Amino acid sequence: MNAEIRPIKTAAETTLSTAFASAKGRLPGLAALRESEFKRFETAGLPHRRVEEWKYTDLRALMRDAKPLAAPPGADAKVRAKDAGAALAAVEGRRIVLVDGAFVPELSDFAGLEGGLTIRSMAEALAAGDAAVAERLGRIVPTDNVAVALNTAFMGDGVVIEVAAGAALTRPLHLVFFNSGGAPASVFTRSLAVIGKGARAMLIESHEGTPGSDYQVNTALEIEVGDEAHVDHIKITGEGAGSLHVSSLMAAVGAHARFNEFLFTTGAAVVRNQMFIHFKGEGTVAGIRGATLLNGRQHADTTLVADHTAGACISREVFKTVLDGESRGVFQGKIIVQSHAQKTDAKMAALALLLSEEAEADSKPELEIFADDVQCGHGATTGALDDDLLFYLHARGIPPKEAEALMIQAFVGEAIEGIEHAGLRDTLLEHVAAWLKTRR
Amino acid sequence: MALLEIKNLHVEVDGKQILNGLSLAVEKGQIAAIMGPNGSGKSTLAHVLAGKADYEVTSGQVLFNGEDLLAMSPDERAAKGMFLAFQYPLEIPGVATMTFLRTALNAQRKKRGEEELSPPDFNRRVFDVAAKLEIDRDMLRRGVNVGFSGGEKKRNEVLQMALLEPKLCVLDETDSGLDIDALKVVAEGVNRLRSPERSFVLITHYQRLLNYIIPDVVHVLSRGRIARSGGKELAHELEARGYAQYQEELAS
Repeated sequence: MNAEIRPIKTAAETTLSTAFASAKGRLPGLAALRESEFKRFETAGLPHRRVEEWKYTDLRALMRDAKPLAAPPGADAKVRAKDAGAALAAVEGRRIVLVDGAFVPELSDFAGLEGGLTIRSMAEALAAGDAAVAERLGRIVPTDNVAVALNTAFMGDGVVIEVAAGAALTRPLHLVFFNSGGAPASVFTRSLAVIGKGARAMLIESHEGTPGSDYQVNTALEIEVGDEAHVDHIKITGEGAGSLHVSSLMAAVGAHARFNEFLFTTGAAVVRNQMFIHFKGEGTVAGIRGATLLNGRQHADTTLVADHTAGACISREVFKTVLDGESRGVFQGKIIVQSHAQKTDAKMAALALLLSEEAEADSKPELEIFADDVQCGHGATTGALDDDLLFYLHARGIPPKEAEALMIQAFVGEAIEGIEHAGLRDTLLEHVAAWLKTRR
Repeated sequence: MALLEIKNLHVEVDGKQILNGLSLAVEKGQIAAIMGPNGSGKSTLAHVLAGKADYEVTSGQVLFNGEDLLAMSPDERAAKGMFLAFQYPLEIPGVATMTFLRTALNAQRKKRGEEELSPPDFNRRVFDVAAKLEIDRDMLRRGVNVGFSGGEKKRNEVLQMALLEPKLCVLDETDSGLDIDALKVVAEGVNRLRSPERSFVLITHYQRLLNYIIPDVVHVLSRGRIARSGGKELAHELEARGYAQYQEELAS
């Protein structure tokens, strides 16, 4: 047995312990679960580089301190939240707004709610002891991940979305997470989406904050995708430049469903996007893709665990990372195929483009296959822009900066093109163009 | 004044002397063929004119319309009217041919202080030229040269040439890898662009291309310099006798 001796808590760990002791009495519902999850966190501490899952993202080192729990948003913060998510206007989604982690119904759009759709506050559901929430929370894809444990211990608010069997939402749901940045704060949101059998839903999350503000986000979403349902989930991580953003997605996908996941990340000083996706029904088709664009000293980690326990599912994973300045991009992708998940067809590609000598890409693809009749593969490449291709563009009169931009757009475009919704696809391509304009 | 004037050009690649005092003038409206054996410096000349890095000019001068070409970046040269048709056109996945053409044309127009072309005008021009080159619209929507055959790639080069309307077109081994039908389409495309205002430098190993694009002058390049110049009959002589005599002349 390897006994680990960690008698000394970091400043952040100590602050979290104090914060939990003083806040637990007023956090909504599930007191026993919160207590046991916090114990789990305290035992393990903040994950560090000797914990394999966190090898490239040493949260203990990156999280110098823990900010105080965010206060409920004041009138001023709510006013500033009005324009949040406006960059996604072309998507024409139904805006569901959360400010500093709190669901704000008066900023959200409940007009003409489609039949079979309900949206409510997670804090209220937890406080009321809602059985549908309690029986699912933390159980959709069980994990011993420490960031999830911390989220469960501290979760304040979020949304509970239910789409009844057979219902097809005509508009995307756009969850706008706005961090007002009035004072240093930490925000713990937890959301749950239950999509019934044969239902159709598109769920977009956008996370943004005030530039220069100092805050930490730990957000988690659990999605239950019913048999034959079609669910698209897109998460756009903007956030303020000084922030730390840890996100966990737990999705369980039923049989003969379609599930598309897309992560678009440009923001925050430190980002950890972790996804735990469980293919529990046969014959599902899934696309799990992402594009990350970083500069300066940003650090972004995408960690995926795709667990196939049922057979004949097709999954395609494509992650593109563009790294400028001294930024660091991490991709960890693990595909597990259990022994009875025959005929699984899973292909994963992680590609990183380095735009500067100081940027760093770390890539760790893993396959754990216990079935004997499967098609699985992965590829990972890291490289710079091709000089010969750039010369071809220069020789046609395209100036160097424009030629680079064209190549970068083409590189991330390959992942974005996979998005079915035209408005969203165009919006993300515009996001890429905007990011390119910020390059020196 | 000649459109292109190369004076005593010396060029090294990785410390190895490739062009060795090359002098050449190309008049406005002239079609000049440059023929030579493998390793004589043909492709080096093409790349130096277009401005590729890794080619070190150790001495000499190149004047383009009286201006110092070697002082210009590749994109500046293009905007001034220099065009290199690549021997091996590159594939650019994810950049649609239409986007590539529009970006190139508008970048050049912008640099020359001209208005950008409106999308309908641009589309009309591209579709018009593409039809003549037997390039279908589906190809224009695909990534640049991605999945194109050798002939399609060369036709795409001529399409770019027609659209960008350069003053000087340098064709680097455009005939390589083409069957006779593809060669005819490409040659017709080039011939349509002939004008008193436009010059061509045809770089080729074989005389075959010159049956379809008739040159005004033929220069023989050997060991990094022009060994002989003459009329179009010189190409036939080379076809019959080969390059051996030029290699020997210089070696002695």
